[in-house]
Amino acid sequence: MRLELGKILINDVQFGQTTKVENGTLYVNADEIKQLVKADERIKSVEVELARPGESIRITPVKDVIEPRVKLEGGGVFPGVISKVDTVGSGKTNVLKGAAVVTTGRIVGFQEGIIDMTGPGADYTPFSQLQSVVLVMDVQDDIAQHDHEYVLRIAGLKVAEYLGEAGREVTPDEVEVFETLPLLDSVAQYPDLPKVAYVQMLQSQGLLHDTYVYGVDAKKIIPTIIYPTEIMDGAIISGNCVSACDKNTTYHHQNNPVVHDLLAQHGKTLNFVGVIITNENVYLADKIRSSDWTAKLAEYISLDGVIISQEGFGNPDTDLIMNTKKIEQKGIKTVIITDEYAGRDGASQSLADADPLANAVVTGGNANEVIELPKLDKIIGDISVVDRIAGGFDGSLRQDGTILVELQTITGATNELGFNKLSAKTE
Amino acid sequence: MKVVHYINQFFAGIGGEEKADIQPEMRDGVVGPGMAFNAGLKPDAEIVATIICGDSYFNENIDQAKATILEMVKQHDPDLFIAGPAFNAGRYGVAAGTIAAAVQQELGIPAITGMYVENPGADMFKKDVIMVSTRDSAAGMRDAVAKMIPLAKKMLAGEEIGSPEDEGYMARGIRKNVFLEDRGSKRAVDMLVKKLAGEDYETEFAMPEFDRVEPSPAIKDITKAKIALVTSGGIVPKGNPDRIESSSASKYGKYDLSAWDDLTADNAETAHGGYDPVYANQDADRVLPLDVLRQMEKDGKIGELHKYWYSTTGNGTAVASAKAFAKEIGEELVADGVDAVILTST
Repeated sequence: MRLELGKILINDVQFGQTTKVENGTLYVNADEIKQLVKADERIKSVEVELARPGESIRITPVKDVIEPRVKLEGGGVFPGVISKVDTVGSGKTNVLKGAAVVTTGRIVGFQEGIIDMTGPGADYTPFSQLQSVVLVMDVQDDIAQHDHEYVLRIAGLKVAEYLGEAGREVTPDEVEVFETLPLLDSVAQYPDLPKVAYVQMLQSQGLLHDTYVYGVDAKKIIPTIIYPTEIMDGAIISGNCVSACDKNTTYHHQNNPVVHDLLAQHGKTLNFVGVIITNENVYLADKIRSSDWTAKLAEYISLDGVIISQEGFGNPDTDLIMNTKKIEQKGIKTVIITDEYAGRDGASQSLADADPLANAVVTGGNANEVIELPKLDKIIGDISVVDRIAGGFDGSLRQDGTILVELQTITGATNELGFNKLSAKTE
Repeated sequence: MKVVHYINQFFAGIGGEEKADIQPEMRDGVVGPGMAFNAGLKPDAEIVATIICGDSYFNENIDQAKATILEMVKQHDPDLFIAGPAFNAGRYGVAAGTIAAAVQQELGIPAITGMYVENPGADMFKKDVIMVSTRDSAAGMRDAVAKMIPLAKKMLAGEEIGSPEDEGYMARGIRKNVFLEDRGSKRAVDMLVKKLAGEDYETEFAMPEFDRVEPSPAIKDITKAKIALVTSGGIVPKGNPDRIESSSASKYGKYDLSAWDDLTADNAETAHGGYDPVYANQDADRVLPLDVLRQMEKDGKIGELHKYWYSTTGNGTAVASAKAFAKEIGEELVADGVDAVILTST
C-alpha cells in the first residue's frame, strides 16, 4: 500500500468571504461552517472562533482536534464515518499542515481538556502550535448524553472535511511517500532485518472513551492487522477525551508518531511489517480475548519485536500488561509507551498494574504533576468546567483568573503514542 | 549563616558501644567531623553548635530523643542542619535520617545527611531528605564531606537542587517530569532496536513490586454478619456534597444510608470521571448495591447493613492516597463492629 501525503503548509488563519488557501493562509467563511454544522437540528447554536499560536487564548473544554485533509485519489476522508467505507491508505491525500479544527462547547460531564495558545500550558500541548478553527457548539437541552457526544464528533469531522476541500487544487509544499508491502514481500525485501509491528491499543471503555475504526466502535472489534498508511489516512478517529492528557484526538491518529518513526527506520534497522490494532474493553473476558489475539497475531506473522502504545490509564494498565506479558511469552521483544499517575508529589506508584516482563518502558510523564496556568485574555468555550474536569479540583479556578490544575487536564500533555518530548525521571 | 551538626557518641570521641546510651547533649561550635565541614563552609557559614546523642539511646527512646533534639536545634534557629555522615553504622544511620527528616518537616529547616547505601537508614529516609551516598566506613569521611559541602552550600543559598545523578545524592524515588530531546515514539523505536540487538538500553520506568493482599478467611455465619459498603466508583449523594474530585481524589466521603432502601437518579450520582456515568447516574445501585443488600437484610440473609457507606473515586488516584483512605476507613469500620465489607470498583 502506497500513500502520497501532500503537505500544504499553513501559517495563518483568517476569516474571509471564501474558504480557500492562499500563500500559506487559510481563509475561512464562518457562515458556511455554521450552516454546515446547523444542518444537524440537534445543534442549537454554533460560534466559529480562530486561535493562533502565541495568542493569549485558552480553549476549554476541548473535545477533539482534527487535521483538515482532502483525498485526491483512493477513497475519501474518515471512511465509514464521513465518506463511504472504501479502504484508505493508498493514493493521494493533501493535508493542511499546521491547521486544525478544535471542537468545544458545554459537554457531557467531568470531561475534556484545556489548550492554551501561549504561556507555560502551551509547552505541554502540541495543539498550541496550530492555526485553529474552533467550533463552540451548544446542543438542544433534551439530548441524551451519548447523542450529544456523537453530534459534536460528527460536526468536527464535517468541518475538517469542508476545510480540507480548500486544499484540493493547491500544489503541496512538500510531498512525502510512504509504502508498506504485503507481509511476505516485505519479509523478502529485508530478510536480515528484525520484523517489527506496532500494537496500537485503542481506548474503548465507553462514553467519551471510544474510538472508531472505519466507523466501527472499537469495543466491537477483535484485534486485527492493518497497514500503517491506513492509520495515517484517517481510518481511525477519536470519540474520546476524558483525562485529556493521554487520550488520542483524531489529529493524533492522523499523525501517529509511532507509525512515522517506525517507517523512518524501515529498511535501515528494522523491517516494519504492519500494525495490529486492539481495544481496551472493561470486561475481563474481553481483556483476555483481545490480549490473547494480539499475542497470537504477533506470533502468526512471525514478529521479532513490537512497540505497544496504550491509551488512557488505570483500567487499561491491565490490558497493557496482559498484552506485554503474553507477547513477551511468545519470545517477541516489546517496548511499551505509557504515562504515569504517581501522585501530585510524584511519590506514589505510577501504574495500576505491573510485570517484570515489561522491562522496556517509555513514559509520557506524570499526569498528576500540578501546573499553574496564568490568566489569559480570552476564553473560548466555558471556563467554569475547570473545577470539575479530570485533573481539576475544588479551587482550581481562582478569583484572579489563574488556574491550578494537574497536567491531566491539558489536551495531549502525556500522550502515549509518544507524540511529545515529555518524560519522567526518578529523583 | 548558621549550621547545626548532629553526630553520635563515637564520632564525638566519647566512646563506642559502651557509651551508646548517652542522652542528647549540645556543645558550642564543632566537634569531630564538624571541623572538616566548617573548613568547607567558610566563609559563608559555620557550625554554631553540635548535638551529640548515643545511638542506643536514640533508637530506644525515639520520640523523647527527637523532641529533645528538636528543642536544641530550635534554640539556634540555624539555616541548615547536617546529620552524620553515618557510613554503615545502622543505628546511627536511622538516627541521622530520623532527626534530619524531623528538622526539615517540623522546623522547616533544610537538612542533609549521608550514609552508605545499604545502611537501613538510607531506604527509610532517602525520600525525605537529601542524602549523600558514602563509603561503608569512616575511612570515607573526606570523600563524604567533599560530596556534602557543595549540596550544603546550595541549600544555604536557597538554590534549586538538580537531579541525583548531577548532584550526587541518593534518588528519593520521586517521579519528576522532564522534557527530553526526542519525542516518545522515537525513544521507543530506538529502545526497541537496541533490545532486539541485545544491546543495553535504559527503561524510563522500572516496574515496581506490587503489594498482593491475601483475602481474609470467609465469614462463618453471614446471617449474623454486619456488612458495610465501600466503593471507589464515586457514588455520592446527589450534588456531591464533599466535592470529591472526578479524578485523582484527595478525599473520601462517608454517608448515612440508614434512611434509604434504594439509590435512584434523585438521591445519588457518581463523582467518578473515568467511566461512562450514564448508567450509574440512572441507578447508582449498579455500583453500590444498596437495594439488594437491604432486601437481604429484610430476608434475614445477612445480619445487618452498616449505616454508613464510604466512597471515593479510584480514577487516577494515587496509591499512596488510596492507602491512607483505606487505613482510616478500615479503623472506623473495625471500631463500628463491621464484620465484612463489599468493596465495589468500576
